[in-house]
Amino acid sequence: MMRIVATFRIAGRALRRNKMRSVLTMLGIIIGVGSVIAAVSITTGATKQVEDKVASLGQNVITVFSGNFTSGGMRGGWGSAPTLTVEDTKAIQSQVPNLLAVSPEVRDRAQVLAEGLNWNTQILGESPDYPQIRNWGIADGAMFSDQDVRTLAKVAVVGKTVTDQLFPDQDPLGKTLRIRDIPFKIVGLLEPKGFNLFGQDQDDVVIIPYTSHMRRITSRSFVNSILVEAASAEIINKAQADITEVLRARHRSVEPDFTVRNQVELMQAATATSRIMSVLLGAIASVSLIVGGIGIMNIMLVSVTERTREIGIRMAVGARARDILVQFLIEAVTLSAVGGIIGIALGIIATQIVSAATHWPTVTPLVWVGAACVSSAVIGIISGFYPAWKASRLDPIEALRYE
Amino acid sequence: MSTNPVIQLADIHKVYRTGDVDVHAVRGISLNIFPGEFVAIMGSSGSGKSTLMNLIGALDRPTGGSYWLDGIDVSTLNRDRLADIRNEKIGFVFQGFNLLSRTTALENVEMPMLYNRQRIGGPEQRERALACLELVGLAARSDHKPNQLSGGQQQRVAIARALVNRPSLLLADEPTGNLDSQTSIEIMGVFQKLNEQGITIVMVTHELDVARYTKRTVILRDGIIRTDTPVADRLNAEHELSQLKQAQQAVKLS
Ligand SMILES: Nc1ncnc2c1ncn2[C@@H]1O[C@H](COP(=O)(O)OP(=O)(O)OP(=O)(O)O)[C@@H](O)[C@H]1O
Ligand SMILES: [Mg+2]
Repeated sequence: MMRIVATFRIAGRALRRNKMRSVLTMLGIIIGVGSVIAAVSITTGATKQVEDKVASLGQNVITVFSGNFTSGGMRGGWGSAPTLTVEDTKAIQSQVPNLLAVSPEVRDRAQVLAEGLNWNTQILGESPDYPQIRNWGIADGAMFSDQDVRTLAKVAVVGKTVTDQLFPDQDPLGKTLRIRDIPFKIVGLLEPKGFNLFGQDQDDVVIIPYTSHMRRITSRSFVNSILVEAASAEIINKAQADITEVLRARHRSVEPDFTVRNQVELMQAATATSRIMSVLLGAIASVSLIVGGIGIMNIMLVSVTERTREIGIRMAVGARARDILVQFLIEAVTLSAVGGIIGIALGIIATQIVSAATHWPTVTPLVWVGAACVSSAVIGIISGFYPAWKASRLDPIEALRYE
Repeated sequence: MSTNPVIQLADIHKVYRTGDVDVHAVRGISLNIFPGEFVAIMGSSGSGKSTLMNLIGALDRPTGGSYWLDGIDVSTLNRDRLADIRNEKIGFVFQGFNLLSRTTALENVEMPMLYNRQRIGGPEQRERALACLELVGLAARSDHKPNQLSGGQQQRVAIARALVNRPSLLLADEPTGNLDSQTSIEIMGVFQKLNEQGITIVMVTHELDVARYTKRTVILRDGIIRTDTPVADRLNAEHELSQLKQAQQAVKLS
């Protein structure tokens, strides 16, 4: 058996002899692997960001929207028609098993005043379960209680943007703000959560008991939506079906006048674009890898022809066909593997540059780095095999006579 | 001689098929060569010497007849077994050296050991290659590449390479082909020394002078053996070399 170390040495020497050509040959693989790594890093980063945003809405969340309002061909969005009630919420809570938390949601926008400053913000009416459902921590103070809901208490839990605007240099806890001229006492401060999927500032919010919202602020009898947290991801589909069942029975409508969505669906919808993007980029990158492989095959064929005499000499002193095959295969694999490693390095550098320049989040998955290594070695074997096989089939006498 | 022949050729034929013309290069050669022999094969250009050497060297297959090497029927062996025979039993010195260019003398000499069926460790390869270069008087140039060596030196590297796997048979096709007379005598000196150590040597030459350093001369013509005679007035390379040097000395003095 021919020593593998010695074979690598021979291959290394042959490649170094034609440095420029070796580098140009590797270029195909370098570009291919580099673009795979960069493409995957950027799209994975984008997907991950979207997933994080969706996860920030809370875990295992099911949302019930009221039906859409239609008038003379004009169709409003979800929640535009008043169909859901507080009673619906209570029915879900008592009839559907395995729910951790339920909250009706009432939304409105209003001008909020405090100590001479004012700010237009979103006023949410919720139950005390809301922070648990949204997986949202209270930074200071506490969430209002069920007691506050029952008594239509004038208390509020406030997001960071609002306090920054209304109480620039003071501790807002315990201070009072006025919503439509009704004073609400600030009992809790929400942890900052940043922007959501749609670019809205989630911290620009004031949360009050839904009862206070419906009686004191807006005087309406319907809620915009109902938020539910299921006990686990496994039962989320079952819980969704149960909720639909309960509401259908209550509303007795032929066509359901509400929509139930769970978070998995939302996640899939939100990441669909970036997934399509990554498939597309992956396809383009694979094509460039194939082109790189063809380049290697081409150069290896030239190399075999150029070195016919060397092959003849090696065979004349006793190299078996297999020894020659292995020698040329190792050369091809070395070319593509070294190209692959350079490609990975350049891909990561390119990713860093892109992410520094655009502030896009990027993630380079290790699996893909491994896959890039393996596939460039495989490309080396595939594209090197035919030239190496051709070399190994040479007749020693013919090869020695070759000029 | 009571021992079995190293080389036993029985009615060997070789026909080259090139297009529509068949070239009958060897037309029925039978020849026995025994261990310890030193044979010169002679003949005019195109008489089939190289063809015969390639057949003996297991580089090429005969189109007719049989060939036993050390009792093995070579004509029935497959490619890989032929490669093994070339590696282990035969050292071949080619007409045009056939060294790997851009590769040092030492690495050229080490090369056949890469393909040895018995694994030879790196340090031992080096040691053996250096010993062979020493034997042909070229140890000092071991890290020179072929293009940094003279023709005679390249020929010696080729001989060292042929010897490195310790073959029992050394084949040389015109080993002194393009060398001056003094270098030719030096090469023949190496061959005589090897032959004394028991290596069987078969070489092709077209110079009668060179043939006189061997023990037996086989002359070919048109692919068959014309004459096969022992060398009567054998020359000793060492002796000839010292005489030549004396003569040169005399020229310088006068
Ligand atoms: N590969 C080949 N294809 C066709 N014919 C060949 C081939 N090799 C040799 N011949 C022919 O076979 C004959 C013998 O050639 P060979 O090379 O054995 O001669 P040689 O005795 O070695 O001559 P020289 O002294 O010139 O080296 C020649 O007529 C030559 O033309
Ligand atoms: Mg010849």
